[in-house]
Amino acid sequence: MSFLDVKDLKIHFPTDDGLVKSVDGLSFGVERGKTLGIVGESGSGKSVTSLGVLGLHKGGPAKISGEIWLDGEELIGASAEHVRGLRGKKMAMIFQDPLSSMHPYYTVGHQIIEAYRIHNDVTKQVARKHAVDMLGRVGIPEPGRRVDSYPHEFSGGMRQRAMIAMALSCDPELLIADEPTTALDVTVQAQILDLMRDLQREFDSALIVITHDLGVVAELSDDILVMYAGKCVEYGSADDIFYRPEHPYTWGLLGSMPRLDREPTERLMPIKGSPPSLINVPPGCAFSPRCPYAERTGGRAETEAPLLAETEGGHLVRCHMDRTERRDLWENEIKPVLETQ
Amino acid sequence: MACPATGQATRPVAVLTYIIRRVVGAFAMLIVISMVTFGIFFVVPQWAGATPEAMAARYVGRAATPETVHLVAERLGFNDPVVVQYGRFVKGLFAGAQYDYGAGVEQCPAPCFGYSFISGQPVWPDLVDRMPVTFSLAIGAAVIWVLAGVSVGVISALRRGSFFDRLSMGTALAGVSLPIFFTGMISLVVFSYGLGWTPPGGAWTDLAVNPLQWAYNLLLPWITLAFLFAAGYARLTRAGMLETMGEDYIRTARAKGLRERQVVVKHGLRAALTPILTLFGIDFGLLVGGAVLTETTYTLPGLGQFAILAIRNQDLPQVMGVVLIAAGFVVVASLIVDLLYAVVDPRVRLS
Amino acid sequence: MTENEPLLSVHNMEKHFPVTKGLFKRQVGAVKAVDGISFEVYKGETLGLVGESGCGKSTTGRLVTRLLEPTAGKVFFEGQDISHMSQGHLRPLRRDMQMIFQDPYSSLNPRHTVGAIVGAPFRIQGVQTEHGVKKAVQDILERVGLNPEHYNRYPHEFSGGQRQRIGIARTLALKPKLIIADEPVSALDVSIQAQVVNLLEDLQKELDLTYVVIAHDLSVVRHISDRVAVMYLGKIVEIADRKQLYSSPMHPYTNALLSAVPVPDPRAGRGRERIRLTGDVPSPLNPPPACRFHTRCWKAQDICKKVEPPLEELAGGHRVACHFPENAPEPAKAAPAVPAQE
Ligand SMILES: Nc1ncnc2c1ncn2[C@@H]1O[C@H](COP(=O)(O)OP(=O)(O)OP(=O)(O)O)[C@@H](O)[C@H]1O
Ligand SMILES: Nc1ncnc2c1ncn2[C@@H]1O[C@H](COP(=O)(O)OP(=O)(O)O)[C@@H](O)[C@H]1O
Ligand code: SF4
Ligand code: SF4
Ligand SMILES: [Mg+2]
Ligand SMILES: [Mg+2]
Repeated sequence: MSFLDVKDLKIHFPTDDGLVKSVDGLSFGVERGKTLGIVGESGSGKSVTSLGVLGLHKGGPAKISGEIWLDGEELIGASAEHVRGLRGKKMAMIFQDPLSSMHPYYTVGHQIIEAYRIHNDVTKQVARKHAVDMLGRVGIPEPGRRVDSYPHEFSGGMRQRAMIAMALSCDPELLIADEPTTALDVTVQAQILDLMRDLQREFDSALIVITHDLGVVAELSDDILVMYAGKCVEYGSADDIFYRPEHPYTWGLLGSMPRLDREPTERLMPIKGSPPSLINVPPGCAFSPRCPYAERTGGRAETEAPLLAETEGGHLVRCHMDRTERRDLWENEIKPVLETQ
Repeated sequence: MACPATGQATRPVAVLTYIIRRVVGAFAMLIVISMVTFGIFFVVPQWAGATPEAMAARYVGRAATPETVHLVAERLGFNDPVVVQYGRFVKGLFAGAQYDYGAGVEQCPAPCFGYSFISGQPVWPDLVDRMPVTFSLAIGAAVIWVLAGVSVGVISALRRGSFFDRLSMGTALAGVSLPIFFTGMISLVVFSYGLGWTPPGGAWTDLAVNPLQWAYNLLLPWITLAFLFAAGYARLTRAGMLETMGEDYIRTARAKGLRERQVVVKHGLRAALTPILTLFGIDFGLLVGGAVLTETTYTLPGLGQFAILAIRNQDLPQVMGVVLIAAGFVVVASLIVDLLYAVVDPRVRLS
Repeated sequence: MTENEPLLSVHNMEKHFPVTKGLFKRQVGAVKAVDGISFEVYKGETLGLVGESGCGKSTTGRLVTRLLEPTAGKVFFEGQDISHMSQGHLRPLRRDMQMIFQDPYSSLNPRHTVGAIVGAPFRIQGVQTEHGVKKAVQDILERVGLNPEHYNRYPHEFSGGQRQRIGIARTLALKPKLIIADEPVSALDVSIQAQVVNLLEDLQKELDLTYVVIAHDLSVVRHISDRVAVMYLGKIVEIADRKQLYSSPMHPYTNALLSAVPVPDPRAGRGRERIRLTGDVPSPLNPPPACRFHTRCWKAQDICKKVEPPLEELAGGHRVACHFPENAPEPAKAAPAVPAQE
């Protein structure tokens, strides 16, 4: 069993319009020192998943089922108070928008000190020293002075560094970063990605990076999970996903993004239509209304939900097409278009 | 690394500028208020056709001869240009004044709000006499309504849609819409005359004399007044908490592993308090200026009752004194709130 | 690239926003949002404008459409000086210059139907249409890939990508010559981004449009543009044909930007030498003197702090503002080679 092992996680929200199946049977795992990337478009259930792992849906309206094993301990059945004690200490999180994610009325130092003192019985002075240390470690210049600044006095990049300092203040063994660089400029994004890579090596923690940017996952991840409409559609090593992808949605994502590392293509290859609402997920394969290959499965795509099946050595794909057909399509139709032109 | 804001070094300066700006603003406000009040009581009547004699007539009583009236008008300066009259009025506030009715010179010491037509006494000492009553009423009620209103609001927000929420918001609606003389009368009838738990209206003991008696006497007015205000605070707190509890930083606080109670109080409530503070400044200022209806209902000898009596007697200097004091309290209270803002919300200091 | 008359040309354009402080709101400085930039946009081409947040891209867009008035410099549209033209005189020109905004949610009035939104320009400008406004609007809706039957629907009934299409349809109503698109796809999902990018390209061909596309995403800009201008703190530091700019960038900042973009290719990514800028963009309130990039530039010398490098043409159509450019053609100019990309 991995350090973090999530099995058949379901998180559903009852709303006035119907049941929102934000996460619908997701399984994944991460080892210490490894990075899992979760990619998917907005609304595919990435954030709900990460909050679910941290136990932040407990006591809310969400209906949760499945298993979350962290270091041999099951969290869904555990008491809210027990999970709270793990939060911040054993598992921590970095959020997308560092300005709105920090309390505007408290200094950066105060917020780090608070995080540290929840789980460590130390005096304010000791915690403050620790906060200054942490700020220095994430690359904030003059940490001794900046510790007393308010979040609005920091730039976007410095705020995200401060968030990381706060998340790492108790040496968590699992770190979840939900779109950690989406709100930042490229040059600052590059700094933050470097920082996360270095810190992960230093702390030897398990890292989950959630993003919609394929470039970011490629830079950081060992394994990648592609999510669509609350479900995993493809799972594999970074090489599997980028060099041997087998799911039409993954192909679509790769074809949609203009790339700097290749000669520009004449036209991008978008996915038609738009992501489904999670109240009315299409029956059968959720991707079928947008999938150019839906007819190939002879009507099954509209009626029967495909299962996530292993194609080879830990590479999982959720599609009715058979393996040879998918590989054939990738090798002969998709890859040439993406690479040449 | 180049940083957009140089935090530390500039902060004290920014706070100081902020404080100075607000104090100057408040001062300017007071000057405007004194002008307006003076205008309403002395200039407008003259525009409306009141001759200096007619103004003076109020000071000398109905039986005076036209000559006396004329003389008094001259002595009190009703014939002078408006600016001169206003200057004298302001000077009286700061340096005191002398009133020469012909029958001898009356000294009116420093904050001189003039002499009452009726009693012939300076207005200021009368005002000072009544302030403790109003202050006691306002402070006690404020403590109750803030505590009650905010806690009910917080609980309602956290249990949105629950029975408690619906009940308290229903009650709050009643609280805001029922007039105070109604709730005041009902509570007097039930608790004082009926059950005999609280003393009947008009009871007043000085805090210094007997604190327990002081509190016991004021209990019913406090609760009645607090009920009226708490309702608004509960609704405002509930709305504010519903908003702040959905903020991203609340999620961060929970992700740190903070206990829910601390998340609510330290992170949620702290941010929701800002609009409550504003409202409190205005309410409290108005109340100290005279809780007119409550004081009348419970016949408490405070500023509000004083104002009513002054109006009924058409005692111009007294009315003006109360109005000025009330306006002054509102301005000072909102100044204090503004300054507290800078303490509560660090972002305010920059703007 | 078309060597004809520029449709839009900008000379030393500046926009300084005053900053006030203290009791008496006295002016203590200015945000130099745009600080002396010059460029041309030719008929039928797309000029991309890239740079980090706050470097003045949107301000530039609002200046050339005269939603803002420049503090100095000139803006010519079809040879006509519009820098300080009154709103009344600008009105007829507004038909020819349109803007598309980033946020497809807030830029559409939620209480108006799609028909009303897209038809509004006709009514405002009092344009006569052959078969009535409704028919004209439905034609435009069809052209941007929306169903003409959506005429009576409200914006909230549409997805983000569809709303951006409505926004585009609105700008097309009056057959503009120039469209300034300010971050047209950055609020959209990856798969939808590609749809809108393709749509913009198709429309350009069909309707002979000229674009200025503002974006922070370098890959989107490369895909869509013919020429690209890179901005840093209110200045254009490099402007060139997109092929030259992306394959042999000369300004150190451009090099750093390109090298910071993560590539969706794990193996290539791991081996890549990267330029890492430290720190953040300095405040435009108090930009560094001379070369504004010197606080973050790894090639900076004393001269960079004293003498402002002019924007000079170092190769055909390739202008750069740097004392020590990379990839420069003449050996005299060339500075020691630094591993830029790869
Ligand atoms: N009305 C204004 N008053 C004062 N400063 C302004 C105003 N508008 C813009 N600025 C400032 O001018 C600078 C450039 O702003 P602009 O909006 O053009 O940036 P941008 O390049 O479009 O950034 P982004 O990528 O974040 O959209 C910024 O520092 C901004 O804060
Ligand atoms: N508290 C909630 N109640 C109802 N629906 C929710 C709630 N939180 C999230 N959702 C829905 O769950 C889906 C997934 O959301 P999210 O995980 O935030 O997506 P993303 O992949 O962009 O992070 C969305 O359709 C969202 O509207
Ligand atoms: S199951 Fe059919 S519709 Fe779904 S992804 Fe595979 S081919 Fe496309
Ligand atoms: S002029 Fe100097 S500091 Fe500026 S970019 Fe060129 S080398 Fe760097
Ligand atoms: Mg999300
Ligand atoms: Mg902008």
